[in-house]
Amino acid sequence: MTDSKYFTTTKKGEIFELKAELNSDKKEKKKEAVKKVIASMTVGKDVSALFPDVVNCMQTDNLELKKLVYLYLMNYAKSQPDMAIMAVNTFVKDCEDPNPLIRALAVRTMGCIRVDKITEYLCEPLRKCLKDEDPYVRKTAAVCVAKLHDINAQLVEDQGFLDTLKDLISDSNPMVVANAVAALSEIAESHPNSNLLDLNPQTINKLLTALNECTEWGQIFILDCLANYMPRDDRESQSICERVTPRLSHANSAVVLSAVKVLMKFMEMLPKDLDYYGTLLKKLAPPLVTLLSAEPELQYVALRNINLIVQKRPEILKHEMKVFFVKYNDPIYVKLEKLDIMIRLASQANIAQVLAELKEYATEVDVDFVRKAVRAIGRCAIKVEQSAERCVSTLLDLIQTKVNYVVQEAIVVIKDIFRKYPNKYESVIATLCENLDSLDEPEARAAMIWIVGEYAERIDNADELLESFLEGFHDESTQVQLQLLTAIVKLFLKKPTETQELVQQVLSLATQDSDNPDLRDRGYIYWRLLSTDPVAAKEVVLAEKPLISEETDLIEPTLLEELICHIGTLASVYHKPPSAFVEGSRGVQHKRIPARAGSGESAESSDVGQSGPSEAPPAVIPSQGDLLGDLLNLDLAPPTATVPSVQPSMQMGAMDLLGGGLDSLLGGDIGGSPSMGAGLGVAPAAMPTALGIAPAVGGVGMPTGSYVAPKTVWLPAMKAKGLEISGTFARRGGIIQMDLTLTNKAMSVMTDFAIQFNRNSFGLAPAGPLQVLTPLSPNQTIDVSLPLSTSGPVMKMEPLNNLQVAVKNNIDVFYFSCQYPLSLIFVEDGKMERQVFLATWKDIPNDNEAQFQIKDIHLNSDAASNKLQGSNIFTIAKRTVEGQDMLYQSVKLTNGIWVLAEMRIQTGNPNYTLSIKCRAPEVCQFVFLCYELVLKN
Amino acid sequence: MIGGLFIYNHKGEVLISRVYRDDIGRNAVDAFRVNVIHARQQVRSPVTNFARTSFFHVKRSNIWLAAVTKQNVNAAMVFEFLYKMCDVMTAYFSKISEENIKNNFVLIYELLDEILDFGYPQNSETGALKTFITQQGIKSQTKEEQSQITSQVTGQIGWRREGIKYRRNELFLDVLESVNLLMSPQGQVLSAHVSGRVVMKSYLSGMPECKFGMNDKIVIDKQGKGGTTDDSGKSGKQSIAIDDCTFHQCVRLSKFDSERSISFIPPDGEYELMRYRTTKDIILPFRVIPLVREVGRTKLEVKVVIKSNFKPSLLAQKIEVRIPTPLNTSGVQVICMKGKAKYKASENAIVWKIKRMAGMKESQISAEIELLPTNDKKKWARPPISMNFEVPFAPSGLKVRYLKVFEPKLNYSDHDVIKWVRYIGRSGIYETRC
Repeated sequence: MTDSKYFTTTKKGEIFELKAELNSDKKEKKKEAVKKVIASMTVGKDVSALFPDVVNCMQTDNLELKKLVYLYLMNYAKSQPDMAIMAVNTFVKDCEDPNPLIRALAVRTMGCIRVDKITEYLCEPLRKCLKDEDPYVRKTAAVCVAKLHDINAQLVEDQGFLDTLKDLISDSNPMVVANAVAALSEIAESHPNSNLLDLNPQTINKLLTALNECTEWGQIFILDCLANYMPRDDRESQSICERVTPRLSHANSAVVLSAVKVLMKFMEMLPKDLDYYGTLLKKLAPPLVTLLSAEPELQYVALRNINLIVQKRPEILKHEMKVFFVKYNDPIYVKLEKLDIMIRLASQANIAQVLAELKEYATEVDVDFVRKAVRAIGRCAIKVEQSAERCVSTLLDLIQTKVNYVVQEAIVVIKDIFRKYPNKYESVIATLCENLDSLDEPEARAAMIWIVGEYAERIDNADELLESFLEGFHDESTQVQLQLLTAIVKLFLKKPTETQELVQQVLSLATQDSDNPDLRDRGYIYWRLLSTDPVAAKEVVLAEKPLISEETDLIEPTLLEELICHIGTLASVYHKPPSAFVEGSRGVQHKRIPARAGSGESAESSDVGQSGPSEAPPAVIPSQGDLLGDLLNLDLAPPTATVPSVQPSMQMGAMDLLGGGLDSLLGGDIGGSPSMGAGLGVAPAAMPTALGIAPAVGGVGMPTGSYVAPKTVWLPAMKAKGLEISGTFARRGGIIQMDLTLTNKAMSVMTDFAIQFNRNSFGLAPAGPLQVLTPLSPNQTIDVSLPLSTSGPVMKMEPLNNLQVAVKNNIDVFYFSCQYPLSLIFVEDGKMERQVFLATWKDIPNDNEAQFQIKDIHLNSDAASNKLQGSNIFTIAKRTVEGQDMLYQSVKLTNGIWVLAEMRIQTGNPNYTLSIKCRAPEVCQFVFLCYELVLKN
Repeated sequence: MIGGLFIYNHKGEVLISRVYRDDIGRNAVDAFRVNVIHARQQVRSPVTNFARTSFFHVKRSNIWLAAVTKQNVNAAMVFEFLYKMCDVMTAYFSKISEENIKNNFVLIYELLDEILDFGYPQNSETGALKTFITQQGIKSQTKEEQSQITSQVTGQIGWRREGIKYRRNELFLDVLESVNLLMSPQGQVLSAHVSGRVVMKSYLSGMPECKFGMNDKIVIDKQGKGGTTDDSGKSGKQSIAIDDCTFHQCVRLSKFDSERSISFIPPDGEYELMRYRTTKDIILPFRVIPLVREVGRTKLEVKVVIKSNFKPSLLAQKIEVRIPTPLNTSGVQVICMKGKAKYKASENAIVWKIKRMAGMKESQISAEIELLPTNDKKKWARPPISMNFEVPFAPSGLKVRYLKVFEPKLNYSDHDVIKWVRYIGRSGIYETRC
């Protein structure tokens, strides 16, 4: 057999020669000629001109020749429909042949000839073949129905072939059943609502029986079909699972994966407390691991699927970390997938092992793999907090290798680590800056620029660094340009005096010299912000960023569910729904996991509800519907520092534009989508208010009430002829009260009490008479509360909070002076708008600022701000920089004077630093005293 | 389903092109050539998608097999099918090469017509296929013969035909294991597993029913409960824990699932009965102890000790230790006590070969590696030291307990069957980091 010679004929006039040979009388020569024709066809030559001559050879009893002619027909019939009719007779005749192999061949080939006229002739033979006595013919006919349906769906329905096909599901031969199932499934896909595959417990039972008997391929068809069934209840679900589990030991990986699909889907319906549920979970792990010893291509498919399974049910493989360790000679696609799964399975329990492996991988040869390994180290840091420190030091080690792409990748992930643990690892910034020159990839440059901008106040030469990038601004990629713009604006807001020129330069580069609309838009927004309202600009640009969530790359839950229903298929390999890569309607219907029995909720939510705390799914990117709400939440709900917020970036489609765009405006996202474009350009004026207001931390807690000092003796009895007055001041619900205790230490009864204040700094005056109604007998004590107003005459006192009081009784008039805490006149509406705060803070000259130390306070910042709020000292904003909490607070006095304060609390340091700014600097001292008083009590 | 199947040579020329679905055009053939075979960069995935057309490919020597589809097909099935296609071709004309494919292209088309219908894989057992796809021209088959063929192709026992007769009923059972190891330089086992196969060659008459038994822990424990437990402690471990196993389609899986018994009607000739994997109590036949010392920037001292860890009466064969050397190696001096060692510059490794080595022995190699000074900043990755060997036992500890044959219709009994059992343990990926 040396058929290869057919491939070599490339003479001129070849077609002509072949024609002669095909019409030769000698059988052998004919056969040779047909072979040559097929060889030419294979390599792509057009031999359609020989159609009539080849079809003439069809009438032969040589099966091999017949098959070759049929092959030719299938290829060219469509281009020569009229001549193809010539073949019909032979087909019809062959369908009656006593040899079942020939009958099947005829019906199989006929179905492949996509010529309308021929299909009409096909109907009758097909009908016969569907009921043929030989199973080989029936199984071929079953597939032929699907072929015919593909050509002319209406014809198939009209001819009633679908019913015949359905009957074949009950055929005695398992292969006929399998092919019928395959054909029906395919036809059903193009009729989503036809209920064609009328799956009911009886048919399911038939399928499960056939499952044990048919070929490996047939098992796949049946399992894939079973996966579309929705069991009635958990009992049925369990019984199907029980009959499917033996397939997990099949040598064919596709059978195993399809069985896994059925089980993954149906176990959703089983109650989790069921013993069987646990058994099933345990049974799933070994076959999945075994798939990894298959050939590399299958390993790849398996790993892509395991990636989904791990996200859906992490408990199945949580102890199998080791099998995902990369082998030295794994193909690169296997290595990359294994790495992905390793990160998903990483937990506190195995992190040491994982890190050791990752470090090993970071020294390999393949650049992509090394990069991914470096990235993985960063992801471990973000995922397992306890390992963060180790990860960072590993990354620093890797940076020391100076291998260019390793350094760049490390910088990109360190940026993410900063976003997860702000103010924790800034000590490494210096090392990063050393490598600035070697960065040539946009992502790494952008990351570095982000770091410089974000920590500009910590980097002495931040302006120089950023300026150096600015030189080649127009040669940078958009990502870098956007980031550079934001970083310089940040720098300007932090160090306004030195960087004015720089910011103007970048703004003009972005807005005037660039033709990138995104860059221009962003530039304009910043420009307008800076020129109209620098305070608002600060709000927007330096706003506190939400922490990034641990697993930003998780597949969105609804998509994940759909993909679970497609385990083993291309969709699961691409991690995309079929609609993303399949044309037309076929297979585009969304598949869903059945809901768990007994819970009326969706499967998804019941899953969350019933899984234990340890397996609660990690916070995932919100599904599309929630996104807007989430973006709003970003503004309205307090992002408490300890709870990682969700990063507003979507994986898919249009939402990404929105998410990335907004985020990057906040100065947060490095990879910010460059197309923030139109939506944001609409109302730049509205942006600051919509985005910038990060809520005050202290606002959440309940006020603890104003502090009231214990009474002190103001007027000793000796000085007042036996009347002793002690008292204190309190502010309750906006009313100032002077609480007095009058004690009669004299021998006679006292009556006719009255009180009067001298003019004082804040116009305090009794709002009513001193209510001592009964005479005060000797040794009697009486408590009186005197409401005060602040509408009295004003005179500046020395000290400022001094109050001179005159008390009169039936004996005499006595004078004394006392000092009230300034908090007495802190009004309840003393919470300043953030923008106003910033503006005011700037407006007040620096000379008016006073600094104080409050010593020995053992409160955290939240408790402190709660406490202060009770005394109408309001925290407007909180910032955390390098473990130092900065509280920004405002106070309003009854006379409308605003006092602004910045309190710095270093964790672990009991001494707070307080900076107070006020237009009337005299009050600062007294405000400080109030702080001290409130905090210490 | 599969829309088409193409076979290319290494240059990207089409050797076979069979289109099953209308949505696959001739341009798909070119798309794959241009984007994968001629791609400038090495293709990084066995599944690729161009213009909404997905391509699955496998490569055998320098032949590319590509399956094409536009639908959401079962990807695992497509690859399994491609492997099967390779098996079938190998069974018909041994090696898959450009020449063999060209020589057999008519046969291949015939096979493709038979085993893939409208893109749905059909029976692809070579045993069955060989009965009616012969390339010998059509034999005038009798009606009985014909229906026998069709019933075999579609039947429950598609892998065996009726009426096989042997004068001598004989079967060979090979337990082939490959032991995989990844060890840290300090001698800590990072991962180890055995993947084993039970390969059977059966020459049995009729339709024999077979039952295979091994020292599976689950089975032994079950039996042990009722019977004596004396011998469990006698000779070390009696049973092994199998992590997972898969079977040839002839094995009745439901029976294995319920009773854990392995019963089947075997195909005729050679086939793989089962595959299994174990991770517990693996006998590691060799231990590699590496010592690598960098002496300055231009010299490396390597010392490697191997220790054999099995019964002294057994002999390991074909031992090969591969010690990687840096790319900038300029010269190597090796001293070894046993076997032969050579520096192979083309492979960047010192290859040390020992023909035979008995158990409980040790041997050592030391080498001095001269390096060319480079200013390459990148450190040498130090690939692991790998090892190859063959030992006459199963590192997993698996033992065949019985293989019973029943043929009710013919008059031979289990005792008349001559059975041969052999154990071979080979190294899989057996690496020690250094």
